[in-house]
Amino acid sequence: MDVLYFAWVRERIGLPKETVQTDAATVMDLVEELRAREDRYAAAFADLSALRVAVDQDLTEFDAPLAGAREVAFFPPMTGG
Amino acid sequence: MIVRVQEAAFDLGAEANAFAAGHCDMGAMVTFTGIVRDLARGDLDRMVIEHYPGMTERALEKIAAEAQARWSLGDVLVIHRYGDMAPGEQIMMVATLAPHRKDAFEAAEFLMDYLKARAPFWKKEFTPDGAEWVASTAADEDALTRW
Repeated sequence: MDVLYFAWVRERIGLPKETVQTDAATVMDLVEELRAREDRYAAAFADLSALRVAVDQDLTEFDAPLAGAREVAFFPPMTGG
Repeated sequence: MIVRVQEAAFDLGAEANAFAAGHCDMGAMVTFTGIVRDLARGDLDRMVIEHYPGMTERALEKIAAEAQARWSLGDVLVIHRYGDMAPGEQIMMVATLAPHRKDAFEAAEFLMDYLKARAPFWKKEFTPDGAEWVASTAADEDALTRW
């Protein structure tokens, strides 16, 4: 599945998008897999209260299932307007 | 419903006039415009707005549809820019057309509250001291509870 990062999450991880091979059942499982990869991931995902997640371009929660998902995005709370 | 996400500047007056044209049954139009605000110390060089192409349009359309379901509206317009902007530049606008002003005002406020907290845009401010992502406030999220 495609994993996207925006704003400071993108900067901290160092890339905007990557394709991840995963069997993660939920967003939280995917976060744990990413955290275990490298320090830059662990740093980006250190405080989940500072992050939001979207699955297939809909905002959701970290306990959301990933079955059938094509795209997961992580980013800070939005600041548009 | 008209939703546009674009890099280019827009002409507020021309957009509002074109949006209202031909709606003779609508007695009220409310517009809101967001502007790049300089920092208190007056040293903002520029602002860059990042967004999530695809999800942005989807989120804005969902918010606009919700406004149309809740209030008696003729139409809804949302324009939001991304990319590089200088202090004083217009970032975005919403406009609502309704038979009466109460619906137009309330729907415009609803659109803004939800847009700020739910549409995937992120602002980064550049000053001579460096760059910083703008933090969201608890007030942005609290604003949703009144709807």
